[in-house]
Amino acid sequence: MRMTPVLTRLAWRYLWRNHRRTIIMLSAIAVGSWAMIFMTALTRGMVDQMIADGISVLPGHVQVHDPEFLNDPSVANRITIPDRELAASFDGAEFRAWASRVRVPAVIMSERESRGVTLLGIDPAAEREFSFVSYDEVEGRFLESPDDNGVVIGRKLADKLDTEVGKRIVLMSQDPDNEIADRGFRVVGLFEASMPSFEESFVFIGKTTAQKMLRIGEATTEVVFLGDDYRDVDPTYELVAERVDGGLDVRRWHEIDTYLGTMLKVMDGFVLIWVVVIFLALSFGLVNTLVMAVFERVREIGLMLALGMKPSSILAQILIESMLLLATGLLIGDVLAVLTIQPLQGGIDISAVAEGMEMMGASSVLYPKLYLDDVVLANVVVLILGFLASLSPAWRASRYEPVEAITKVG
Amino acid sequence: MSSVRCVDLRKTYRQGDQDVKALDHVSIEIDEGGFVCLVAPSGGGKTTLLNAIGGLDIPDSGEVWVAEQRIDEMSKGELADLRLANIGFVFQAYNLIPVLTAQENVEFVMQVQGVPAAERREKSMAILEEVGLRGLEDRRPAEMSGGQQQRVAVARAIVSRPALVLADEPTANLDSKTSDELMELFTELNRHHNTTFVIATHDQRVMRYAKRIVRMLDGRIVEDLEQDAA
Repeated sequence: MRMTPVLTRLAWRYLWRNHRRTIIMLSAIAVGSWAMIFMTALTRGMVDQMIADGISVLPGHVQVHDPEFLNDPSVANRITIPDRELAASFDGAEFRAWASRVRVPAVIMSERESRGVTLLGIDPAAEREFSFVSYDEVEGRFLESPDDNGVVIGRKLADKLDTEVGKRIVLMSQDPDNEIADRGFRVVGLFEASMPSFEESFVFIGKTTAQKMLRIGEATTEVVFLGDDYRDVDPTYELVAERVDGGLDVRRWHEIDTYLGTMLKVMDGFVLIWVVVIFLALSFGLVNTLVMAVFERVREIGLMLALGMKPSSILAQILIESMLLLATGLLIGDVLAVLTIQPLQGGIDISAVAEGMEMMGASSVLYPKLYLDDVVLANVVVLILGFLASLSPAWRASRYEPVEAITKVG
Repeated sequence: MSSVRCVDLRKTYRQGDQDVKALDHVSIEIDEGGFVCLVAPSGGGKTTLLNAIGGLDIPDSGEVWVAEQRIDEMSKGELADLRLANIGFVFQAYNLIPVLTAQENVEFVMQVQGVPAAERREKSMAILEEVGLRGLEDRRPAEMSGGQQQRVAVARAIVSRPALVLADEPTANLDSKTSDELMELFTELNRHHNTTFVIATHDQRVMRYAKRIVRMLDGRIVEDLEQDAA
């Protein structure tokens, strides 16, 4: 520790002895660091959006179903607990929001076309927190109560059905006895969604209206709960699990949509791999810089050894030099990354490739997400790997024999 | 009490196809407070002997004792500690650390020794004054003449008052006036602090200050004379 000031001073001065080489290496580290963080922010933004969209369609961080419902999502596999009993269990618990709904496959028919859709019978007040539909931006109006007799469909679906606000459509599904359950509705609103496929897939009617149409009394098919953070749903899961009947199936969102759950885990691995790949490209330059820096001052290293500096201090000096180079480059890269990501927080329009993105489940606007954890990970990984890559030239420098080093022709 | 004792040192270098005997059965004992000049033509073995005494080069056989410690069997770390605590070096070439200023070069050994900053500063300024470099303390080696650089190297070697100073051609790049001033400084340190000096030189002016002249030829000591120093 006593040697740290003098070693740091020597390392810093030696770093700037060859300005051009140091500036080139710093530029490479800064650009590499910027690329790590910027690309990670873009990918995080895309995956976050995919997960947020996915959860908004499910929706809910934790869901309760009949154990057979996820295999066969029909009203035959419904939850028979009435709403008032659910309310007694869940009102006042520490959820951000909860709601029960009817969710069944159905067919929607206009006078011209028919389409298979997912029918959602909802309580609009309870669902406001969950929904991917912005109630206030619906053309016409959104549902006003659980017994609203209107239907709200997506704009794209309306185009496909060649219908519009004010016209009538027919919804058809099955009741618990596998009899046809159908009813005519007037289209009261058209919604738009960030994902075009959502507009074609989902149809909203009042929950009570749906229960009547499907002849299921007060039963629902799923109860959903919203926590504070989709990455940490365990507290919500535990609260729900404590309160529901053991005969029901309680699941976290990533257990229901395993694709999204896996994507979140893969993303963490991807960030690490991306950082390591960039570092490997940088490491050649780093090691080359250090080898050159050591080679051009062999005599001076010999002198320091002759004057009484220990080999371990020479080793430390080269490592400090490497760490200073990396830390300075990383700092510049971090600042660059923040400066370039910040102006893009409003989103990057990638509608030119929206169809391709949609196939992956991503929307046409990309919102870069800069997480402190990702910045720290990139910096720490580069510093650790840089330290390891620097060990070899530093070790070689510390092994010189003083007299051979001093007499080396330079 | 002896400051340096070498017993039957042998050192052979390979030069092309030939083996060159740099040290050939060399034995020498130098008392504390000695002022010895090693005199030899180029390749005579004086620098090799100096390096062996300083623990910079390990002889093929024989023993080297410095400050009553056998150093030819020490580890690198132990040798570094010994040099740091006991020996000041002035090398043939300038051998300053180019990225440090004159004052930082002078302070370098003290810094490695762990001397507090204020004390380092005081001692380094005083020694720079003594070697006539006051006012140049912030210059880097590249901004100084050869003679000035050599005086910085001398200042660094003696600033922490080592018991033994090993100097290889210390006046090689100095004019006669500066050489005399430097040798006066060495003599004063030798007299007042009992510092032992072993100086490898060709310079007749330097030899005048020595109490003892050891002449070498082809790696052997051929003459060892006491004399009255100037």
